[in-house]
Amino acid sequence: MDNLNLLFQAPVLSLGLVLDGVLIGAIFALAAFGLALVWGVMGIINVSQGEFVMLGGYVTYVLAKYGLHPLATIPIAAIVLWIVGWVLYRTIVYRIVGRDMFISLLATFGISQVLSQGMNLAFGASPVTVDAGMGTLFLFDGNLTISGIRLVAFALSIVIAVTLWLFLRRSRLGQSIRATAQNPRAARILGIDVDKVYAHTFALNAAICGAAGALVAMAVIVGPTLGLIYTLRAFLIGILGGLGSVLGSLVAGIGLGAAENLFGFLAGSELQQAFTFLLLVAILVVRNWRLQRHRKYLR
Amino acid sequence: MSNTPRWLYLVLLAVGVFAPLLLPQIASQLAFLWIMVVFALAWDIMGGRMGYNSFGNILFFGIGCYALAVFQRDLNWGGYWVALPLGLLFGGLLASLAAVFFGVGMLGLREKYFAVGTLGLGVAAGEIAASWGYIGAGGGLSTVLMPVAGNANVYWAYIAFAVAVLTFFALKRLYAGRIGLALGAIRDDEDKAEAMGLPTTRVKTLAWAVSAFPLGVAGGIVGNMQGFIDPRDIAFAGSTYGTWMILMAILGGRGTLWGPVLGAFVFQITKELFWVYLAEWQRIALGVLIVLIVVFFPRGILGWVRERWPQRFGQRVVEAA
Repeated sequence: MDNLNLLFQAPVLSLGLVLDGVLIGAIFALAAFGLALVWGVMGIINVSQGEFVMLGGYVTYVLAKYGLHPLATIPIAAIVLWIVGWVLYRTIVYRIVGRDMFISLLATFGISQVLSQGMNLAFGASPVTVDAGMGTLFLFDGNLTISGIRLVAFALSIVIAVTLWLFLRRSRLGQSIRATAQNPRAARILGIDVDKVYAHTFALNAAICGAAGALVAMAVIVGPTLGLIYTLRAFLIGILGGLGSVLGSLVAGIGLGAAENLFGFLAGSELQQAFTFLLLVAILVVRNWRLQRHRKYLR
Repeated sequence: MSNTPRWLYLVLLAVGVFAPLLLPQIASQLAFLWIMVVFALAWDIMGGRMGYNSFGNILFFGIGCYALAVFQRDLNWGGYWVALPLGLLFGGLLASLAAVFFGVGMLGLREKYFAVGTLGLGVAAGEIAASWGYIGAGGGLSTVLMPVAGNANVYWAYIAFAVAVLTFFALKRLYAGRIGLALGAIRDDEDKAEAMGLPTTRVKTLAWAVSAFPLGVAGGIVGNMQGFIDPRDIAFAGSTYGTWMILMAILGGRGTLWGPVLGAFVFQITKELFWVYLAEWQRIALGVLIVLIVVFFPRGILGWVRERWPQRFGQRVVEAA
C-alpha cells in the first residue's frame, strides 16, 4: 500500500497516471463502438474484435518498416481491415447471421483463434511497437510526462468517433444500417438490401478496429495474443457506456483506461490484465443483479 | 433406457485395460485420450445439455493442477500413494467449490454475457496464477514424479482411464434422472422452466459444480504427468486445452452422451497422427476446424448421423438424448 500513499503525496503523479489512461481509453472506445455496431445490427458478438485491432496494428508495423510514416498508415490499416472484414463476411459470417447465439459466438471465437495464431506465425510471439517519433511533453518541471503520440491518438480517436457518428446519422448507408438495426424485416420491405448492409456493417467494424489498431501500435504495443483483452474491454465498455452510444462509449473507455492504469500502479502491472478481466466479470454480475431486482433479465 | 450395444463397452474396456500394457510407448498419448474424454464430457454438461456456452472451464482444470501439486508439496499425507488420490479428490472438490462460488453471480448471466464472462474468468485465473508467488508465479511449479520403476505413463493411463469411466457413468446416471430433464428444460426455455417452478439457479450451480469436479481431477493428473506446471501454457492454457474441450464436444455432437466421447477419440487420434505434420499450423487448423464444424456441422458427427439415418437410432450406438 506504499503506492497508495505515494498517489496522495504526489498529486502530479496520479494526474499523470490518470491522464495516460484517459488518452489510451479513447482508443478502447473505438473498438467498443465497432462491437456495439455489429451487435446491434447483426445480433452477433464478435469475439474476434481484439484480433482485428491487433491485425490493424500489424499493418502499421509492416508499413512503417518499409519507411512509411506511421500516422499515414492509419487509413491504410482501415482499408486493409475493411477488406478482411468483407471477405470474412462473404465467406463465414453471412452464414451465421440470424442463427443461434451459440453458433455465432463459437464461430467468431474460431476466427479469433485463426487470426491470433496466424499473426503469431507471421510476426512472432513477442509484442511489437511502432515509434511515431512524436516526442514527449514535459510539464511541471518534468514531473508530468505525456507522450506526444498518445495525445495525437486520443485526438484522432475522437475525430474517428465523431466521423462515425455523423456517417451513421447523415449518410444514406448509415441510415440503412440504423434502419436494419431497428427492424431488418421492415428494412427489407422498404427496399434496403439487408445482406449488403450486413456486409458493410461487418466490414465497417473491421475498418474501425483497423484504425484503432494502428493507433494501438503507435501508442502501446501489439502482439498476437494481446487481442483477447481488447475484445473483453470492448464488451465491457459497450455495456458500461450503453450499446451504440458514441459519447457513452468514449466516457466508459476513458474511465476504464484510467482505472486500469491506477490499478496497475497500485497492485503491480502484472495484475493489470487480470484486473480488467475480473472487472468485466464483476460488472456483468452486478448489472445482472440490479436488473433482476426489477424482474428483468438480459437478452 | 440404455440401448448402447454391449460390445462397445467391451471394446472400450479392452482398449483401456490392455492398450497401455501392449503399447507402453504410447502410454502418455493414451492417458491424454482419456483426459480428452473427460474434457469433452465435462464441457458438454454446460455447453451441450444446458446450453450454457462456457469458454472458461479451463479455470477448473488449472485449479486442479495446482491443488494436487500444492497438496503433494505442503501436506503429502501418508506418502505418495495415499496423497495422490486424496490430492486428486481435493483438486476436484476445490474446482467444484470455485464453480459454486463463481456460479452464484455468473450463472444469472445469459448466453453471450455468460460466454464472455467465463472467457474473462479463465484468462484472469492464468494471469493471477502467473503472479502468485506461493504457487511458483510465472516460473511455474514442478510436481512430484511418480515413484515407480519404469514407465510412469502406463500408470497414468490407467488412472486417467478410471477417471474417464467414472465420469462417463456418473453423467449417464445423472442425465437419466430428474437433473437430466431439468438441464434440458433450461436449455430449451429457461424462463418457462423457471415459471414452472424449477429452481433453475440451483440446477445450474449443481451442473457447473459437477462439470468442474472431473476437470479438477484431470488437471491434477495432467499436472503430475507433465512434471511441471506452467500457469499459462499448461494450467490455464485457454488456447489449447480450453479450446479443445469445446471443439471435441461439438465435433462429436453436443448434448449427447456418446458424442463427446466420440469427438475426443476422433480429435485425439487425428491430433496424434496428423498434427505433427502441421507443425506450427496446428493452432490455426484448430481455429479453422471450429469455424467449419460450427458453421456447417453444428450438430456434430452424431447429430449428423442421427439426422441422416434416424431409423437406425434408438437401437444402436446412442441412447436418445
